[in-house]
Amino acid sequence: MTTRRQFLKVSAAVGGGLLVGFRLGAPESAMAADGEGGNSGSAGVFEPNAWIEMHPDGRTMLTVSGSEMGQGAMTVIPMMIAEELDLPWGEFDTRFAPADEAYANPALGSQVTGGSATVRGFYTKLREVGAATREMLMQAAANRWDVPLAELRTEPGVVVHTATGRQVEYKDLVADAAQLEPPEEVFTKDREDFRIIGKPTKRLDTPQKVSGQADFGIDARPDGLLQASIERCPVFGGTLKSVDAAEAKKASGVEQVIELEHGVAVLAGDWWSADQARKKLSVEWDEGELADLDDEAIDKQFQEGVKADARPARTEGRGADALGNDENTHSATYRVPYLAHTTMEPMNATASVTDEGVTLWVPTQAPGSVQKVAAEVAGVDPAQVAVHTTFLGGGFGRRFETDFVREAVELSKRAGRPVKVIYSRPDDVRHDFYRPAAYNELSATLGDDGLPVTWVHRIAGPSIWSRVAPGMVKDGIDPAAVEGAADHPYRIENIAVSYAQVDPGIPVGFWRSVGHSHNAYIVESFLDELARRAEIDPVDYRLKLLEENSRHVAVLKRAAEMADWGGEVPEGRARGVALAKSFGSYCAQVAEVSIEDGQPRVHKVWCALDCGIAVNPAGVERQVHSSIAYGLTAALSGKITIKNGRVQEQNFNDYPALRMDQMPEVEVGIVDSGQPPGGVGEPGLPPLAPAVVNALASLTGKPIRRLPIDLGEEA
Amino acid sequence: MATLTINGRPVTLEVADDMPLLWAIRDYVGLTGTKFGCGAGLCGACTVHVDGEATRSCITPVASADGKEITTIEGLSSAGDHPVQLAWVAEDAPQCGYCQSGQIMQAAALLADNPDPSDEDIDRAMKGNLCRCGTYNQIRAAIKHAAAAKMAGRDGEEVSA
Repeated sequence: MTTRRQFLKVSAAVGGGLLVGFRLGAPESAMAADGEGGNSGSAGVFEPNAWIEMHPDGRTMLTVSGSEMGQGAMTVIPMMIAEELDLPWGEFDTRFAPADEAYANPALGSQVTGGSATVRGFYTKLREVGAATREMLMQAAANRWDVPLAELRTEPGVVVHTATGRQVEYKDLVADAAQLEPPEEVFTKDREDFRIIGKPTKRLDTPQKVSGQADFGIDARPDGLLQASIERCPVFGGTLKSVDAAEAKKASGVEQVIELEHGVAVLAGDWWSADQARKKLSVEWDEGELADLDDEAIDKQFQEGVKADARPARTEGRGADALGNDENTHSATYRVPYLAHTTMEPMNATASVTDEGVTLWVPTQAPGSVQKVAAEVAGVDPAQVAVHTTFLGGGFGRRFETDFVREAVELSKRAGRPVKVIYSRPDDVRHDFYRPAAYNELSATLGDDGLPVTWVHRIAGPSIWSRVAPGMVKDGIDPAAVEGAADHPYRIENIAVSYAQVDPGIPVGFWRSVGHSHNAYIVESFLDELARRAEIDPVDYRLKLLEENSRHVAVLKRAAEMADWGGEVPEGRARGVALAKSFGSYCAQVAEVSIEDGQPRVHKVWCALDCGIAVNPAGVERQVHSSIAYGLTAALSGKITIKNGRVQEQNFNDYPALRMDQMPEVEVGIVDSGQPPGGVGEPGLPPLAPAVVNALASLTGKPIRRLPIDLGEEA
Repeated sequence: MATLTINGRPVTLEVADDMPLLWAIRDYVGLTGTKFGCGAGLCGACTVHVDGEATRSCITPVASADGKEITTIEGLSSAGDHPVQLAWVAEDAPQCGYCQSGQIMQAAALLADNPDPSDEDIDRAMKGNLCRCGTYNQIRAAIKHAAAAKMAGRDGEEVSA
């Protein structure tokens, strides 16, 4: 494979090293080398803008241009570079990228980690970076030996002259290579030549994570640190009216109390003292417009919205006009609740604002946004803001947000000291950007063969993009609200999918697999209702509606085969199936369930995933486990309750997460389509809830039209 | 004030008696491997050993640990080579890693009491330790791996799962 691009910028690092990076709108000055790697951490310090830094003493530093939140970025990014650079696996150090547009994910256009896009976005670019670097090392050897480049090859870490067997190590070439112009042509390997990509590879961060050495955001401890616990208005959009902080200020360890627009921060040398003193605040709020909001009112808004404001998201054939009103028409209403993210590491950020600028230690999915927000709050230029992205104790979309960064920067600025804001778990649950709730009316008219002729799906719910990037919303359609619903793959003559944007005011944000997290449940559960009505096996039913030989069909058949679909099922158990394409990958799951003491129990999940080329199959498998655990938590117990404009849940007792004894056995089959990489971190989630619900429905005979699953509830 | 031993080192903590051990360890002793997850004994991220018992440090007042021996993840082994840690590496168990200090401390205590736990024993011992990344199946495999390694009298790396 050849690409002709002049995209590389090479410069000599201190000590004659080789530094390679892309020119992607980054300032030229930022490309110059800093042999120290620029990790000194104070504002204004220059950090190099590159993925690869090689030194004559053999040290190689690879920059990880994605946040490590458990999904394996710190391993898979080096895999892509090392493959093409022919670097001996593991013989390098890594660091997390600073905030810089040069590290923007090509698939997303900004420096964010999400949308299951790390491998998808960087797959071509990082292989080209590695390949170009390798070619320059080879050119340096060709010059030294006065032989044509074509006579050379590489073994891991070594350039070899094939004819004579002469060898030279990379480290002995880096000084020469740094003097060369980057190649105009870059050759990347054919897939059959891969020796790293496609091999199950262990994570590079495990040793740190089993010894307590991995530094998360919450572990940042700059000198002079104050720690803050913030009492925020419990009602969304409310503001501080007044506070009596006299008692809090007297409490042991408290150094400062600072009033914010939306709350009151107590600052102490340790976080617990701050949090204890916070309980002594006497606060009056202006609760604002949402003070009377509750779940019933929200549901009513949705129901009214779906009638009044629905806009077409997809229309095929005669659309909703084709809907019958006879016994062949089947209708249902589906609802999903708001969901919190509850990452294991509660939200936190550490900021140090000085005259020189701002230094931040943040577990973030969006270092660029962090930099921008910090600059805005501190009143400095973004170039004066240094962002240290730490390990993330989970992300799931919550760490796209910068609310906790704003707080830390404002507090540090006003306190004149470095400040770490830590959310208590109740803060974390009650001040989230929630997975949107949604209300769905579905109807389908079946033909004589039992298959749908007409499919009508009306969705009402809040819009994430309207807040995050309003330009994404076109003709009233938020793509995140209808993904997985408007683009389902089933061939039906008449389709009408519509969306009514109804925003009750609860903050909403990205939550693992976003719109697919609810739409796959709704589409795949309603489809199963139709199959049951038609008395057709749900796998067959889907196959009849799917394009033959499609990737959808391949994963569906594979999952069915893995589970021995149609074979014997243990007494008291049943199986359900579901299929969803999301983030460029195709996923089918079969779940085996029973009901124990009136509660659903999921015994096993078979998952077939076509994510294109699986760069790290071991990572892919773990992300499927992870998605199943996250999706199952939501299906079994995830529900945020709104009353008086407040979230009622507060911790893992009333907002539970899946536990060890509830985790199903998981079998993963990677379907190799040979296509370019698709997403991996999220596509395993959407089919989980419908597969479970469909299995339960075949046990009970009743569809489950609302999450979380409540077997006692009438559908 | 409390005087206790942390990872074999005597420590005097001049903090409020009711300060949870977790915060004393993190903010005063400066060992940050023990994590804050819920503050209410609901998630297990803060698990340490108090006189060998797996204990939720977020709800354990410092005063109640007076005179006791505390082991944190940093003190479980000198070089990250406790059989449980080795098994965790062999099974590539962590994802985000935030809960794993607590998981490992809980598992080490389990195996100290019960060198050959059944699946039910593992469920019972480990269900108080949450993992939002869903590494439970890898943790289960790692516990069995460590148990097998201990039974075989070898280190975790040498035993295949």
